[in-house]
Amino acid sequence: MSEAGNTQPALEVSGLCKNFGALPVTQNIDLTLYPGARHALIGPNGAGKTTLVNQITGVLKPDAGAIRLFGTDITHATPERRVALGVVRTFQIISLFLRLTVAENVGLAVAAARSIDAKPWGSLRDDDRVVEGVRELLERLDLLSVAERQLSELGYGQRRLVEIALALALKPKVLLLDEPAAGVSSRDLGMLLEILTRLPSDIAILVIEHDMSLVFRFAHRISVLVGGALLVEGSVDEVRANQQVRDVYLGRRAHV
Amino acid sequence: MTTVSVTNRPVVAKVRNAFAAHRINWIDIGIWVVAIGAYFVVPTYLSLGTTVLIMILFTLSLDLAVGYGGIDTLGQGAFYGVGGYAAAFWALNVTGEPISGLIVGGGVAGLLALIAGPIVLRTRGLTLIMITLAISSMLGEFAVTAKSITGGDDGLTGYHIEPVFGLFHFDIYYRTAYFYALGVLAAAFIVARIVVNSPFGLTVRGIRENPVRMRLLGVRIRNRLIGLFTLSAAMAGVAGGLTAQVTGLIGVDTLTFLVSGNALISLILGGFGRLYGAFLGAALFYIFSDRAAAINPFHWLLALGILLILAVRFMPNGLMGLADQLRRKEDPLDRSGP
Ligand SMILES: Nc1ncnc2c1ncn2[C@@H]1O[C@H](COP(=O)(O)OP(=O)(O)OP(=O)(O)O)[C@@H](O)[C@H]1O
Ligand SMILES: [Mg+2]
Repeated sequence: MSEAGNTQPALEVSGLCKNFGALPVTQNIDLTLYPGARHALIGPNGAGKTTLVNQITGVLKPDAGAIRLFGTDITHATPERRVALGVVRTFQIISLFLRLTVAENVGLAVAAARSIDAKPWGSLRDDDRVVEGVRELLERLDLLSVAERQLSELGYGQRRLVEIALALALKPKVLLLDEPAAGVSSRDLGMLLEILTRLPSDIAILVIEHDMSLVFRFAHRISVLVGGALLVEGSVDEVRANQQVRDVYLGRRAHV
Repeated sequence: MTTVSVTNRPVVAKVRNAFAAHRINWIDIGIWVVAIGAYFVVPTYLSLGTTVLIMILFTLSLDLAVGYGGIDTLGQGAFYGVGGYAAAFWALNVTGEPISGLIVGGGVAGLLALIAGPIVLRTRGLTLIMITLAISSMLGEFAVTAKSITGGDDGLTGYHIEPVFGLFHFDIYYRTAYFYALGVLAAAFIVARIVVNSPFGLTVRGIRENPVRMRLLGVRIRNRLIGLFTLSAAMAGVAGGLTAQVTGLIGVDTLTFLVSGNALISLILGGFGRLYGAFLGAALFYIFSDRAAAINPFHWLLALGILLILAVRFMPNGLMGLADQLRRKEDPLDRSGP
């Protein structure tokens, strides 16, 4: 990593604002992630967490503010461009290819990352580098045993892992995980956490999560979003100790 | 560079096999044996046979768009008609050489798709259905009004098609026509098969399943769909060109919605996104229609309706889906094709 890499933020969101009609969902948000960050974004339902991710990935346009990636302004870049630059997300509502196999799901992402998705001849199954890339990702996410299954045959926990595999295939520099544990059974939660902690350490990761045990074990820093505005940002201990946070958010979910 | 270690081999093979491929199987052999055999067994039906082969080609083109790409078009007939007119125009004004005529027919239809694609493919679902329908109606109107180019209501006729490769003369028994259509269909099938097995083929299936996600994989989905739409249109144009060449006539009826509708019904019968669905479906549809109309010219549409209802009720994935079911009973581990 270059010298600048240590000081330059991977992702820098500044003064971001967005209204849905009269509803302010993003209110002057600042957020900085350095390479290797493990940052959690928490907040009650409807706080605007997913909306923020949608603006970072370019699916929604902010009304004001700027988004920078390693110093480059990407506020107006297309979603495809941002992916190419290394901004990658997973989806709160799992968004995959139901009638394709697990390997094909991941293969699509590997092919896209290698820019061979428009090649109208040959086959991914005969492309050693793609097959090896898919194998490696499936192994890393404990999915090899289900490689040949149609995605629709998988349970929720494994689908979450496929989501992450697709994201990793795109070689992210900034990874946005929108509720990776939603719908995952408590039995699979330990495995998920283990896989998350094994992710490459140079990627900056922002995780949105309601499961506090996962947040506290995974994240180093936490931002709390309430009603579209940042309530507080700090280390895990600071946020845990913050009375306002306990009142507004954590207090309601007593099991902290 | 990656090297595959020996211990990884079974795992790598497993991953490889997890990518579906349109494999050669007994259906391949069966279809081509039947197609060639028909020439000798029922030589008096070669006119119908030629129509069936051309309609299989047209249905195959529709399967690429609808079955693989999820482009729910009702305007495929426009490309068929335009290809037919272009090939007839070519024969009337330039040369009666048939292969160049097909290239012109496919080329003009493909060009039209390339122009219409960026507008049409901005939409999906019902909007796309209506837009494609509107475009094909407009072309139909144009064909009626622009008499100097299209011959108006009479269509284009009176052109002469030269022998294929300068050797095989077209005859009134459709002997040459049948093999000509079969050869073109085989070539188009090989192209279709290569494309659906390719990374591009998997990508468009991904777009069919989930365009939003595809886009967030960094794929320029509009361009991919335009590519598929153009290929599919060119194939439809070739089918139209074949019709113009072997019948010696192209009329406004080729531009009606009926052409698209029949191909869609054929795909419902045969199965979407399977390539062979087009073969089985179009063969069943056209042979059934022809026989039913011959037996009872007044009520054959009723028989067709009943066939369709039964098909949807008992084989929701078409004949190909039925074939899969039977195969899976023998081999419970077998997966369905692409
Ligand atoms: N496209 C939209 N149009 C209008 N309002 C929207 C839209 N998307 C989201 N909202 C509203 O914006 C607010 C924030 O939604 P968002 O999905 O970002 O919340 P969230 O923090 O991700 O919540 P959750 O924890 O439930 O996922 C909610 O009140 C939601 O109803
Ligand atoms: Mg959300």
